[in-house]
Amino acid sequence: MAGSRLAAPAGAWLDRSRQLSFTFNGRELRGFAGDTLASALIASGVQLVGRSVKLHRPRGVWSCGAEEPCALVDVGEGGRRTPNVRATVLPLSEGLAARSVNCWPGVGFDLGALTGACAALLPAGFYYKTFMWPDWHWFEPAIRRMAGLGRAPTRADPDHYEEIAADTDVLVVGGGPAGLAAAAAAAEAGARTLLLTSGARWGGALAWQAGAEGAAAEMRARRAGVRLQSHTRAFGVYDHNLVCALETVVSEGRTDLPPCVLRERLWKIRARQVIAAAGAFERPLLFPDNDRPGVMLARAAHQYAAAFGVACGRRALIAANSDSAYATARALQSLGVAVAAIVDRREAPAAAAAADRIPVRTGAALIAVAGTRAVRGCTVARVSDGAPVRGSAEHFECDLILNAGGHAPAVHLHSQAGGRLRWLAASAMFVPDGAAPGLASVGACAGVFDPPAAVSHAAAVGEALARGRAAPEPPVGGAGTCAPVTRVAGVAGKQFVDLQNDVTSADVALAGRENYRSVEHLKRYTTTGMGTDQGKTSNINALILMGECSGQPPETVGTTRFRPPFVPVTLGALVGRRVGELYRPLKFLPAHAWHLAHGALVESFGDWRRPAAYPRAGESLEQAAQREAGTVRRSAGLFDGSPLGKLEVYGPDAARFLDLMYVGTMSTLALGQARYGVLLNENGTLVDDGIVARLGAEHFWVNTTTAGAERTAAAFEEWLQCEYTGFRVLVTPVSSRWANVTVAGPRAWQWLAACGFEAALAPHAMAHMTLRASTWQGLPLRVLRASFSGELGYEVNLPADHAATLFGALWERGREFGAELYGIEALQVLRTEKGYLHIGTDTDGTTLPQDVGMARGIEKKAANFIGRRSLSRPVASDPARPQLVGLASADARTLLAVGAQIAARRAPALSEGRVTSSCWSPALGRPVALALLNGGAGRLGERVRVHHLGRSTEAEVVKTPFVDPQGARLHG
Amino acid sequence: MMQLNCPWCGPRDENEFVCGGTTHIDRPALGADDTQWGRYLFFRDNPKGVHLERWRHASGCGQWFNMARHTVTHAVLAVYRLGEPPPAAGKS
Repeated sequence: MAGSRLAAPAGAWLDRSRQLSFTFNGRELRGFAGDTLASALIASGVQLVGRSVKLHRPRGVWSCGAEEPCALVDVGEGGRRTPNVRATVLPLSEGLAARSVNCWPGVGFDLGALTGACAALLPAGFYYKTFMWPDWHWFEPAIRRMAGLGRAPTRADPDHYEEIAADTDVLVVGGGPAGLAAAAAAAEAGARTLLLTSGARWGGALAWQAGAEGAAAEMRARRAGVRLQSHTRAFGVYDHNLVCALETVVSEGRTDLPPCVLRERLWKIRARQVIAAAGAFERPLLFPDNDRPGVMLARAAHQYAAAFGVACGRRALIAANSDSAYATARALQSLGVAVAAIVDRREAPAAAAAADRIPVRTGAALIAVAGTRAVRGCTVARVSDGAPVRGSAEHFECDLILNAGGHAPAVHLHSQAGGRLRWLAASAMFVPDGAAPGLASVGACAGVFDPPAAVSHAAAVGEALARGRAAPEPPVGGAGTCAPVTRVAGVAGKQFVDLQNDVTSADVALAGRENYRSVEHLKRYTTTGMGTDQGKTSNINALILMGECSGQPPETVGTTRFRPPFVPVTLGALVGRRVGELYRPLKFLPAHAWHLAHGALVESFGDWRRPAAYPRAGESLEQAAQREAGTVRRSAGLFDGSPLGKLEVYGPDAARFLDLMYVGTMSTLALGQARYGVLLNENGTLVDDGIVARLGAEHFWVNTTTAGAERTAAAFEEWLQCEYTGFRVLVTPVSSRWANVTVAGPRAWQWLAACGFEAALAPHAMAHMTLRASTWQGLPLRVLRASFSGELGYEVNLPADHAATLFGALWERGREFGAELYGIEALQVLRTEKGYLHIGTDTDGTTLPQDVGMARGIEKKAANFIGRRSLSRPVASDPARPQLVGLASADARTLLAVGAQIAARRAPALSEGRVTSSCWSPALGRPVALALLNGGAGRLGERVRVHHLGRSTEAEVVKTPFVDPQGARLHG
Repeated sequence: MMQLNCPWCGPRDENEFVCGGTTHIDRPALGADDTQWGRYLFFRDNPKGVHLERWRHASGCGQWFNMARHTVTHAVLAVYRLGEPPPAAGKS
């Protein structure tokens, strides 16, 4: 039992008057308000917190912050379960329930430890070498189950998340002494300043070390007008100084919550200048079994004692590679933790003189650690040339081994912003090499480790940036000397580089032997630095080791690319409010409620919610579609075509412009006349189609497809603004302004007349493919006589707000005319029976107008149009091109599947085409289909084989339309 | 996410815009041969450096404008209107 609680004044952050109960692996434990889960576990004597991912080695708490690689736990229940929470940053709350991860049946007795016995089969990159024969897929399911740490929740998250945008002159990331000084100075110089800190308290290390100084620094910042934002951790710098940060509003594991709370807030901060004051991580040393529970970072043990009143052990031994070890040793002793010895890797550190009465061994290293589930002691020896000197071994009794191996400035924000790094050989660390564009670094993350120097430099930077001047260079230094390589050669036992991913020094050497030369390859091959801690306490050791193996200095090896996020960010925070109904914007018909009330089965068609059909009781969707289509051909049907794209094209050059856009000629339209047109892209491919009608001398009504409404309007705008800038044309999208009530069928006009439509719209008075302005009950109408069904058809465009009124009025008289409502499915049946193509279904990205029978129209037009040049390329006149044809099943029974391939033989064979549309024809009582078939135009009458899911059918290539080929029914 | 300076609406987030690719493209006449036409359709320069391109403020004023952007640093060196020539090199 190593850890215990210290008496006051240790524990500056605790509120000892509020005791909290929590459970860990079902065991009830106690802590105080102000504890983190990690500090409460250590204080309760818990040392074994989890099992490592690959080798299932017992692990305990390693650090006191976000860099924690080992103490990951699952917290919460049901939809509020959060996996892989770092116990070192999770605030303790009443009733918190935390569980170890990656162990079964429990962390104490874990069957997964057997993998540790097979460690030789599991080196770095084992999945490229082992478990391959006879078939990797035999082993994959088991390995997949064993991979990973925590378990994801299986229920929906009941809480919600928000996004907030902020704009500021100066953003300071990090609320330690340097950050507070920079922010205060910037604000005092007049800049709008925002300061972020990830925890609850201001002052960083000052908050648990130096008492009053921290409070004074915070007060100064507040009085200067700095906006202080706590619980907010910046996790990435993006283009143009956009910094994203995650605010924890309600921490994980709390049990006192209402059913739904705001849990996290994503900050998107656009800053003129960013100041990074992110501090530095402590670097550990490498020695055998340096991952045992009880091995920790030295500064972490100091913080546990001072801030949380927790002694991580009774008797500590400090493995040192940095002068900070000595100050930490003195601080620990004064707080009540005995220090058995300081074992300094360096030969003659100056700081050793001030060690008080603590035994010091210099030029020495740990060569063995006793204890598996907890440190019991260790063996120390002098090292020479990196190997232990014979006969110099010494045993120490201790239950805590602390790493004081040097510092690694947190250069993430600087690097993400595009800043460069340089290597300080004496202190074995990377520091920023000059400022990054728009981002300056202060304090430890800039390599400034002397506290007064850091504060005064930070203030100077804050003031300079606020006044629009360049930031002064940082006074790098104060970290003392630090030996880069600490690995001990010639001793047994794993020396861990990356604790979270179980990467040892042997794995790094293996990568070097297998000729991985780039640090990026080293990272990916060994997976070092790829865990949730992203190598914060392992990357530097890994690249130094790689340099040792390959004979390169660390500055040549370099670092891997720093990418956001700095810490794991929940998907909930990134998604924010865009869940459920707000996942994506949906479009609804103006008469949506009316359709629902009349039995519509509404489905999604792209972004639109539309009636697929209006099934009667007991009817399937297919049966409803057949019934509705049949009724349209026999009597009449009512359809909502409102999503159809509608544009008004207006201006002296409107006609000329439309001639340029369309394959056909629109300038020759008489007033009120309409024409079908297709649009191509510059590659000659069909991209949209629709009817164009002339409303006036300089005024056209343009219909586009539903899917192409926005796209086509945008294309017209691009041509007018970017290329044909001299054309005097205005294009106004009016799709949502006008509803489209379509009435189709032989009795369509009788029905409309009975409902009060004026006689001028009758078929004998108004030709097919004409558009008339009209009114109905005082509402302005644009009535287009057109048909996608092949029957007499009227598309009544009226102001969208009144759509339901017209639907209601028509439906009241519908029964007299044998009319029915019909939806999209019936529409598809009707248009397929007529062989009318649907862009994107019967055409693809290579289909040219001549492939769908429009060659004659192109020949007749002399003028240029978009895409014309591409129609005269050699490939465009290849007679074997896919062409749109009709297909009729030979047995008049088999419905061909859309996507079925046409080929002479079973697969594998060369495909000659595919079925693009297919349905049962109620009018003909047999199936009909459309297909793109190589050279189809010249193969009418031929029998082809159509293959689908291993079965094949014979079909005949036929002309379309299937129903009413002469088009007589269009005229009622 | 960049912040782009729409000439009409001022600085806005990148997701309000649509990128239209390289600008100042010379469209060959109808009489161009197949190779010239093919190069126009399918070949574009992909510089590691300053790229002249055009953007549309789709979720705003709907207008197109030209921009000089450095493809590595994403620094926006110039914003100018359609039809204007690119500003002289060295001018920021």
